[in-house]
Amino acid sequence: MNYRKVVGISFFVVVAVFLFVAMLLSHQFGDPNYMQGEEINSNMDDHIIENSREETGANNAVTAVVFDYRGFDTLGEATVLFTAVAGVVLAFRRFHK
Amino acid sequence: MSGMSKIVKTIAGITFPFVMIYGLYVIVHGHLTPGGGFQGGAVVASGLAMILVAFGSVWTMKKIKEKHLSVFESTGAIVFILAAILGLLLASVFFNNFLADGGIIFGDTVEPETNTGNINTAGVIPIMNIAVGLKVITGLFAIVLVMAFATTKMGGSKK
Repeated sequence: MNYRKVVGISFFVVVAVFLFVAMLLSHQFGDPNYMQGEEINSNMDDHIIENSREETGANNAVTAVVFDYRGFDTLGEATVLFTAVAGVVLAFRRFHK
Repeated sequence: MSGMSKIVKTIAGITFPFVMIYGLYVIVHGHLTPGGGFQGGAVVASGLAMILVAFGSVWTMKKIKEKHLSVFESTGAIVFILAAILGLLLASVFFNNFLADGGIIFGDTVEPETNTGNINTAGVIPIMNIAVGLKVITGLFAIVLVMAFATTKMGGSKK
């Protein structure tokens, strides 16, 4: 067994064990409020659902999250789109004239 | 390369205004109903792509230049970042919603437990929605237009 096979199999085993343990530690199926049978704090979504109208004035809570609470994420998405458009236009530009 | 048949052109011309109206509705009502700048922009860009397929890329490239699309896309990005920076300057936090409940523009307060459809609410969120919508419309359509035009004889890189 050569070196690359050993590295590949050990990497596969590590990732598989990690995914299996993560599956065991995740939430119970269909219940976001319990982890391993204990109740966990999920104050953030309750806060957004209850207070997004007063804090942002938007009736749509999803838009309130996207453009107000998580504005940096939207800024990153807009940057990704801008970079993609710039790359495509650069790649398909006519060089001769 | 002058597009598809007369039937396709006619049907595309008939359905084009409805696609535009629906997409712009989704953008402008982003803070009231499901959807927003990204989704409505994708709808409008799909309608423009339908026109591109029906009428051909050479005809479309004569009507809409790619550099004008780039100008509009950059305008959307600048308006979006300016709205965020105005929150930093006026209310000391980046992306602060300084117009909400302010009564200036988009400043009405919403009534709890109802959705009366008042579009004059939500502060900077409609402005950002329109900016992102403009950016998505022009960005996606610039991608489709440039890729379609590059495959024609006029736009290809061979002489």
